[in-house]
Amino acid sequence: MLASLFYACNAHLGGSGFIIPANWLAGFAMKFAIALFSPPYAPSSRRALRFAQAALASGHEIVRLFFYQDGVHSASSNVVCAQDEVDLPREWREFVHAQQLDGVVCIAAALRRGVLNDDEAQRYSRTAANLDAPWELSGLGQLHEAAQLADRLVCFGGP
Amino acid sequence: MSKSLLIISRQAPWSGPGAREALDIALAGGAFDLPIGLLFLDDGVFQLSGAQQPANLQQKDLGANLQALPMFGVEALYASQRSLEERGLQDQLSSLAVERLDDAGLSALIDRYDQVLTL
Repeated sequence: MLASLFYACNAHLGGSGFIIPANWLAGFAMKFAIALFSPPYAPSSRRALRFAQAALASGHEIVRLFFYQDGVHSASSNVVCAQDEVDLPREWREFVHAQQLDGVVCIAAALRRGVLNDDEAQRYSRTAANLDAPWELSGLGQLHEAAQLADRLVCFGGP
Repeated sequence: MSKSLLIISRQAPWSGPGAREALDIALAGGAFDLPIGLLFLDDGVFQLSGAQQPANLQQKDLGANLQALPMFGVEALYASQRSLEERGLQDQLSSLAVERLDDAGLSALIDRYDQVLTL
């Protein structure tokens, strides 16, 4: 099991795999909660997506993605990447949509950074919304609930 | 039984929203009656400094929010002794009751918790 997840990560990362402690994989299928704290252009945000893809590819479950702090920008539909660069927000959106994942963006962190859905844009009289399905704005209780439901809480992009 | 979560707060209070957002996770966990621990490490120990004047930076006082932790049931509060010493803060802390841990104590603390989140 360790070997399969490691190889899956390795493949997704184009050979630059990362090491996963063996005791994460003591059972067979694991439930992961994944928290992301870094902005979309940070390497840790790319690693978070590749980890999530590898976890599913290896037969594990993702109980929830929770975007917090600058991680909320990866849920924005207004991020524009150069054509020859990885468009991480788009990849996240397509991944969450295709896998029917529970993608939650912290509402307080998102409002502070100008990431709003239609409801919030109307509530605060802003001219535009930049958050849409499959993302959902909600509170920090969702992070705690995910941590309780998961076998492992895996965080990306902390200081 | 609920899983325990240790939040390691590593950012200074006036360097951006990081410290406040780490604290918010702890307060939310306390509001749900979850077993939460909060460790102040590295620049995070600046949050514990007593003589702060946030108004000079047009900032809200994070100290007031920290004082709310016990009211939210978050009483497992720790600080790294080494981080405090490196920053000359040993004798200048606010009234918040935090347990000071040496490096071996930090290691044992992290080991005790089911999950760890660093911000």
